[in-house]
Amino acid sequence: MNKAVITIIGADRVGIIAAVSTYLAKVNINILDINQTIMEEIFTMVTMVDINEATKPFDEIYNDLNELGKELGVVIQIQRTEIFRSMHKI
Amino acid sequence: MLISVDEIKQTIHMIQSEHLDIRTVTMGISLIDCIRGDFNATKKAVYDKICKVAERLVPECEAIEREFGIPIVNKRISITPAALICGGAGPSQCAELAVTLEESAKTVGVNFIGGYSALVHKGFTEADRALIESIPEALAATTRVCSSVNVATTKAGINMNAVREMGLLIKKAAELTKDSGGSACARLVVFANAPEDNPFMAGAFHGIGEPEKVINVGVSGPGVVKCAIEKVRGEDFTVLAETIKKTAFKITRMGQLVAIEASKRLGTEFGIVDLSLAPTPAVGDSVARIIEEMGISNCGGPGTTAALALLNDAVKKGGIMASSHVGGLSGAFIPVSEDEGMIAAVRSGSLSLEKLEAMTCVCSVGLDMIAVPGDTDASAISAIIADEIAIGVVNNKTTAVRIIPVPGMAEGDTVTFGGLLGEAPVMSVRKADSSLFIDRGGRIPAPIHSLRN
Repeated sequence: MNKAVITIIGADRVGIIAAVSTYLAKVNINILDINQTIMEEIFTMVTMVDINEATKPFDEIYNDLNELGKELGVVIQIQRTEIFRSMHKI
Repeated sequence: MLISVDEIKQTIHMIQSEHLDIRTVTMGISLIDCIRGDFNATKKAVYDKICKVAERLVPECEAIEREFGIPIVNKRISITPAALICGGAGPSQCAELAVTLEESAKTVGVNFIGGYSALVHKGFTEADRALIESIPEALAATTRVCSSVNVATTKAGINMNAVREMGLLIKKAAELTKDSGGSACARLVVFANAPEDNPFMAGAFHGIGEPEKVINVGVSGPGVVKCAIEKVRGEDFTVLAETIKKTAFKITRMGQLVAIEASKRLGTEFGIVDLSLAPTPAVGDSVARIIEEMGISNCGGPGTTAALALLNDAVKKGGIMASSHVGGLSGAFIPVSEDEGMIAAVRSGSLSLEKLEAMTCVCSVGLDMIAVPGDTDASAISAIIADEIAIGVVNNKTTAVRIIPVPGMAEGDTVTFGGLLGEAPVMSVRKADSSLFIDRGGRIPAPIHSLRN
């Protein structure tokens, strides 16, 4: 399975999760796990997703999420999971 | 979630706040099969081969950057030492080859191409002589070509004729680029025991024992190490060393991942990951600041060599398990102009040329990016090179000298090269005449390797 981690960091407001999950559904990306916290009014969300069946290539999803982040006033990043696995798991 | 949220956040924090990046993905390309009877045909074959083999280097690295979210600061090329493909050519023809290399670097979009080099530790071939003579003109006519000359090995001793020659050439290269502070010298390295698989510029070349093409990766991470050891202030050296080891492991895993991914996508063999801690002029990305964090108020003060020895050793121990193949220089770099803390240490008077020389006994890579007064004699530069090269030869390690006699500048002035090359305060050179020593010429014999004291 081709997995990626999406992280969203920024000022909290209504509708961040809704906007991101709506976009993910639109491009057929399945959410596997969500972790969300608010620390000192900073919204932090870490999401594991399956990008195997995505209807757009990675680069386009990357750009779309960047744009969506700008609209929402947060930073959205998508990274393949290998970077985290290779750094933290032997 | 198999990976914990804390681990994900830690990785992202390292990249966004602590300057973790991949410093370079360097593609080594053999040019041996480009040799033709006619030198113009050789040049064309060189251009065509580099453009074909490295065509996808930059776009694939950029794709990896996006997908993994880790910056790859430099994409570069190293080639077969050019003297090996210049047989029969004169110095001006060699300089034309440098221009060809520059054009190919521009076409494929890399910022440096290394390997305008000669290996003369035992003596010169005619091609070596022609190429070495052409180095000042070649560097002055280009901005991306990097040159290196290996003047010594532990097995062969030191070619002092080459050392003498390099002093003269460095002066000439500085003079030819005096409008930019002698910047050509920032792309010229004099080596002892040069590694064949070094991905870092300006000393990278594709050694003769290397495959047709190869991907070598250099990681970075001084900022990450500094942040990690801030958390163990006051703890003893065991804790300090363990903390650095664990951090180096994580940094190197990034390099290994990118190296494997890049070589797979480019259909190229994976060579090595270089474990060097490579600083940049950015605040928070300095090796000097790590040493200061260990408890020495100013880098260069008493204790600096011991601190650097611990750092260098711990980085290697942590990194070695994180990568399947380790090579290149693999040690902490201490370039003056490329390290914000080193620059500050020189300005504060705590760091001298002599202390830097002592520090190179316990780390790679040598006297790196040192600016000295423009009126420094060629023989003094050769003598500084000889000292540094002797350290490498006797201790069976790589050392190098990248020194810039800045035209028109004196001690205390500052020369600015910009970008990753940074800026350097001009350092003082001890007043003494070494010309009779350098004029002797010949070779310093290889050192004995028993009775080690």
